Amino acid sequence: MKVLVPIKRVVDFNVKIRVKPDQTGVDLANVKMSMNPFDEIAIEEAIRLKEKGSATEIIAVSIGPQEAQETIRTALAMGADRGILVKAGQDVEPLAVAKILAAIAKIENPSLIILGKQAIDDDSNQTGQMLAALLGWAQGTFASKVVIADGKAEVTREVDGGLQTVRLTLPAIVTTDLRLNEPRYASLPNIMKAKKKPIDMKAPEDYGVDATPRLKVLKVTEPPKRKAGVKVKSVQELVDKLKNEAGVI
Amino acid sequence: MAALLVAEHDNKSLKEATAKAMSAALKLGGPVDILVAGSGVKAVADAAAKIAGAGKVLLADDPQYANQLAEPMAALILELAGKYDAIVTSASASGKNYMPRVAAALDVPQLSEIVSVDGPDIFTRPIYAGNAMAQVQTPSGAKKVITVRTTAFKPAELTGSASVEAIGAAKNPGVSEFVREELSKSERPELAAAKIIISGGRGMQSGENFHMLEKVADRLKAGVGASRAAVDAGFVPNDYQVGQTGKVVAPELYIAVGISGAIQHLAGMKDSKVIVAINKDEEAPIFQVADYGLVADLFKAIPELDDELKKQGY
Ligand SMILES: Cc1cc2nc3c(=O)[nH]c(=O)nc-3n(C[C@H](O)[C@H](O)[C@H](O)COP(=O)(O)OP(=O)(O)OC[C@H]3O[C@@H](n4cnc5c(N)ncnc54)[C@H](O)[C@@H]3O)c2cc1C
Ligand SMILES: Nc1ncnc2c1ncn2[C@@H]1O[C@H](COP(=O)(O)O)[C@@H](O)[C@H]1O
Repeated sequence: MKVLVPIKRVVDFNVKIRVKPDQTGVDLANVKMSMNPFDEIAIEEAIRLKEKGSATEIIAVSIGPQEAQETIRTALAMGADRGILVKAGQDVEPLAVAKILAAIAKIENPSLIILGKQAIDDDSNQTGQMLAALLGWAQGTFASKVVIADGKAEVTREVDGGLQTVRLTLPAIVTTDLRLNEPRYASLPNIMKAKKKPIDMKAPEDYGVDATPRLKVLKVTEPPKRKAGVKVKSVQELVDKLKNEAGVI
Repeated sequence: MAALLVAEHDNKSLKEATAKAMSAALKLGGPVDILVAGSGVKAVADAAAKIAGAGKVLLADDPQYANQLAEPMAALILELAGKYDAIVTSASASGKNYMPRVAAALDVPQLSEIVSVDGPDIFTRPIYAGNAMAQVQTPSGAKKVITVRTTAFKPAELTGSASVEAIGAAKNPGVSEFVREELSKSERPELAAAKIIISGGRGMQSGENFHMLEKVADRLKAGVGASRAAVDAGFVPNDYQVGQTGKVVAPELYIAVGISGAIQHLAGMKDSKVIVAINKDEEAPIFQVADYGLVADLFKAIPELDDELKKQGY
């Protein structure tokens, strides 16, 4: 069983981003970039499926600038077998990403595609579901547990009220939630080995996809700031303020 | 510009999120119909008919919609999509699940978690955990597929009396089936609807200790939430998580206890009207967004808070 794992290079989750003064976007110059945390979880899950004998090959795919190759190397060092870099800008929208991934899926015929539930830069939470639609496959989003057996994937999903378990016919799409696993760190020998693993270089045109954004970004602004508050000295003072000043209890 | 609003419900009752998403849908400027898809949901459809602004309520009552699985839900919405210029729902776990599937099938981008409608085709949505707001314009003539961050909209009034029209089910793609669900049972208000929320973080140290927060919550009729760290540590179930990748809440009062205030947590609660932070570390970033900060050991402060509220008759 082949597993495809799309991974995105995004601003590291620890970075406090800054909006550009001209309101055209977020300042990405000299900012630390990393693999989207949910995608690390996706790679880890694929590796665990391989270690259990359910998966045979793991292909990491990234759509983005040349530097996204580093992100693919990280995935290869964790344990993915090979990579595909589809060179494009940083602002490819989920629909175009899904179209490129759908084209790759038709070539590679994976039984499972594991994506992150959400890229922490655009916070779209769309790509996996869109890919499932384009391929006509079932989807198990926000997964906290994945069991593969008898040509099906049983996926436990984190939903608003708790957990929901669905059974999907393979091939299928899974998107990861935080509790699915804890991703491993790549060991030094594996980082060395990863340098020899192959990465295919492609472009959106190779898949017949126009990656031009459809949505026009008119402006990007800072959110309204909260006014600085006060420190209270005691629980009594707190209750008094909540009752008599803020009037919320 | 006609819009179809997909209702959020649990087969028994309509969620208030639907009336909030209605306010966003109405801003598109055209008539809005509501789709209620579920199993045994006549009462839900009747409730939806009371939402002011509803043109009519389409009722798809069929077992295949009982659990809101993405594949049949998307198939049904796509059957209806031809008549509408916009398809809207709340950005709940279930809306986030089926809506992008609808968008891709229609070959249009999805607008995720909009917080305002600035023009018939102009919308604002948060990016980077709410540290930036993007105002975007959709391509002219294209259908709009939208999920709404309901904390940003007031609910539409319940003064309507739309007609309810039963519609047939769409063909189920048949690639997925429901196995089971484990829903957290709680007498307390759910986070999306709670006027007051008290959340605990890693500082709580154990699930047992959350009982202290629950006592205070019961006095204030509050919901109980948590940080990711508290959920990951197994103190409380996943549906307690507030944040960028959990639930987004904006109650009248949010009390953060033993939570440091990572940007991912702030993303889910910083639009609350009043924020209280109780933390023993006076440098904790949570104090930067708190209206009232109390630097204290929570194991002392929370029992005191409980006593004080009790004394004052809560
Ligand atoms: C992709 C991704 C998504 C994420 N999504 C979310 C999300 O949706 N929601 C979320 O919350 N986090 C999220 N996080 C995690 C986030 O980055 C933080 O790690 C997390 O919020 C920290 O939780 P915490 O504040 O409870 O723990 P800590 O940061 O460990 O803080 C604990 C706090 O408790 C205080 N404390 C300890 N003991 C006491 C005591 N006795 N009395 C008083 N105070 C005490 C400490 O001073 C400290 O400030 C995400 C992270 C990633 C990478
Ligand atoms: N440019 C990209 N390259 C590879 N994978 C991507 C890209 N964009 C999104 N994805 C995948 O889709 C998931 C969800 O992203 P999004 O829909 O943008 O929130 C991510 O976690 C990745 O697995």
